[in-house]
Amino acid sequence: MDQESGAASAGSFISLNEHEQRYYSGLHGLCQADTSGKLSSSKVAELFKASQLPPESLHKVTEVCGAKRLGYFGTSQFYVALKLLAAAQSGLPIRLESVTANLPLPRFVGLKNEPEMRYSTVPSCIDAQGAQCGSAPGSLIWTPADRNTFRHLEASTDKKEPWSPPRSPCSSPPRSPLTYRSYPYAKQRNGVDPQIAYESKHSSRPIVQLEQHSSPSKYGTKPTVEHPAMAQASSVERLEQQGVSDYTEDDPWRITEEQLEYYTNQFKSLQPDLGALILGAVAKNFFTKSKLPIPELSHIWELSDVDRDGALTFSEFCTAFHLIVARKNGYPLPETLPPSLRPGFMQHEEDIPDTHESAGPLIVFEDPGRRPNQMVKQSDPSIMQRLQPSLISTKQDLKEESSKQDVKMLATSQDKETLQLGAFPERPEPPQDLDPQMKTKTRPRSYSSTSIEDAMKKAEEPPTPPPRPQKTHSRASSLDLNKLFQQGAPGVKSGWLLPPPALPPRPTASQVSHFIGTSEKTVQSKVQQPNFADFSHFREEEESSVKPEDQGPHSRFGLSTEDMTNPSQQDMTAASHNQPPQKPVRRKYLPESQNLETVPPPAVPFPPPAKTPQKLLPRQKREIQQAIRKNRETNAVLTRLNSELQQQLKVVHKERVTLESQLELLRPLAST
Amino acid sequence: MCFWQNYPLYIRSVPTQNELKFHYTVHTSLDVVEEKISAVGKALGDQRELYLGLLYPTEDYKVYGYVTNSKVKFVIVVDSSNTSLRDNEIRSMFRKLHNSFTDVMCNPFHNPGDTIQSKAFDGIVSGMMVQTA
Repeated sequence: MDQESGAASAGSFISLNEHEQRYYSGLHGLCQADTSGKLSSSKVAELFKASQLPPESLHKVTEVCGAKRLGYFGTSQFYVALKLLAAAQSGLPIRLESVTANLPLPRFVGLKNEPEMRYSTVPSCIDAQGAQCGSAPGSLIWTPADRNTFRHLEASTDKKEPWSPPRSPCSSPPRSPLTYRSYPYAKQRNGVDPQIAYESKHSSRPIVQLEQHSSPSKYGTKPTVEHPAMAQASSVERLEQQGVSDYTEDDPWRITEEQLEYYTNQFKSLQPDLGALILGAVAKNFFTKSKLPIPELSHIWELSDVDRDGALTFSEFCTAFHLIVARKNGYPLPETLPPSLRPGFMQHEEDIPDTHESAGPLIVFEDPGRRPNQMVKQSDPSIMQRLQPSLISTKQDLKEESSKQDVKMLATSQDKETLQLGAFPERPEPPQDLDPQMKTKTRPRSYSSTSIEDAMKKAEEPPTPPPRPQKTHSRASSLDLNKLFQQGAPGVKSGWLLPPPALPPRPTASQVSHFIGTSEKTVQSKVQQPNFADFSHFREEEESSVKPEDQGPHSRFGLSTEDMTNPSQQDMTAASHNQPPQKPVRRKYLPESQNLETVPPPAVPFPPPAKTPQKLLPRQKREIQQAIRKNRETNAVLTRLNSELQQQLKVVHKERVTLESQLELLRPLAST
Repeated sequence: MCFWQNYPLYIRSVPTQNELKFHYTVHTSLDVVEEKISAVGKALGDQRELYLGLLYPTEDYKVYGYVTNSKVKFVIVVDSSNTSLRDNEIRSMFRKLHNSFTDVMCNPFHNPGDTIQSKAFDGIVSGMMVQTA
């Protein structure tokens, strides 16, 4: 692991004992070394400030360790700096020679991540820093209740937030209990994780739980646990915003709210409709990004696709996603679905107590642009190593713990380690409990990782294929189609809307002939005739249409085209019957017809029917009817022109007749 | 044993001592299955029975065959000493196999033609084999 290698290199010129090594590597991880091995100077600065040394000594430390020369804190510089801090804290001059001294571990106040002395078998450290540590860990010590609250707080805090916010509560708790440190660590975790660069939902929940073990040593073992957690889950805390009930359960298989939210977003990215199904191929592409081996993915699919339909509903998707997250976090895949992931889980979170799975390493869907899992995974072994001693110590605490949660947490954390390291003899009971429980539920520690993972996935997955059109799904219910339409797939809509008869614009000739047939009627009536015809049709459609009034004009117009084709006589007669019931509709149309008369030019202001945006069917019909209306407008204009021309023709005929009669009268005169 | 295009997708046998012989038997039974398939063109979903009875005088075991609509062949070799197995039981076994096979196929991560690695499938097959054994 980077840290370890760094420690090794650092140890080349300074000798670090085992505890120091662990501690330093923990702090190193805390300071968020980036890929190049440089530590974030801000974090380092914070760490230094936490050491409560005067600024000038801090500057001296920086200078001596070589960071100033280099301009950044490399691993070795960091370790040297830590050593110097320890030296300074114990009163030794800050010089390179001090590094070689057998120094106690440096103390950092309010440091979330205090890798502390879990391993604390450094008696010198303890002795020397007993009092000091008391103060430092004091802040870290949390009562179980605090722990939970902190956890919540942590969850709520922004993950990127540096240590400061979490620190504040830390300072309050009394040191004496020296029980839980988890919270500070969790907080550290929040800040730490640049490496992880993703939100892991399972953050530190497991870590927090670890923290909760009361460390036998004064310095809570949790820090070690948390440290790994920190390294892993940055934003995890954020995820820990679950309700207290969640914490009590600490079931890794339970999906937290944040996770649920994340899953929902991911689901929506694949399938906008939450009620629809994700096709198998789509899900396959999506989950393949998790870089899990195919057999595991296949197994996850088998577990999650409970209805065996080859597609994932939303709950199935969440289950699968959660299993993937858990798997990435290191949880072995269960053989059967855990109860909390059963299809009914979405509705009610079962309180399945216990948990055991401590937060495993955060799951990270490898994002090429992000820090790969390797960092996390690399840190895991080290974390595990750290956890082991802590677990051992915490185990005792665990027994002392009266609160169930603590036990659970310990169990989970320990269990996790057993699962992962496979060598945890310590908790005979919890691991055993956990193992069977694993199948059912595990601590939600992984949640933090999932959040990170999810974040990473989010980054990866924006390029996922666009939501598949639901229409291709064989199981798409009509409801889905409706939703599809609501989502405004105009293309689909237009295609789908074809069912309503879309008559081509009728040639005006037919209309004209229709009009001629009823020439005695006024133009208005003529104009209305198609309306009548439309009315008849409209009435029929009215019954079927969702919004008859709104669609009336449209449907009418739409129908008018139909009317053209149909024998108008029948329509008219029928229309006459239909007129009374459709008077309100007709009235809408009448203004239009009047407009037609008054405004010979084609500008026929058909009042657009009030379109109710709510319903899809009317909208779709409206669209079609708009197109139809345009045709109808032209038709109306043409009919009007036609009628006018007809009138003129009549007039001309009359004139002709009169002229002819006059001619005849005049002929005898002319002849004579 | 499950075959697809005449190469095995899945092979499982309980008594492992004669496994090779079972393999051989199954492979030879494929020929008989093919023959039956070609004979009865459209009855692909037919639960064909490949009742061999006594193949060798020294050992007797029954080989049952079953073909799905996608030309996936299932072969079950049953020791004849276990004569309690009736035809209906064999048919139900095939049905279960077919169901679990379709479940495996539904898995998008499973490519047709890959060996079946589904644990659920394994579980079902094991359950059946335990029953017959």
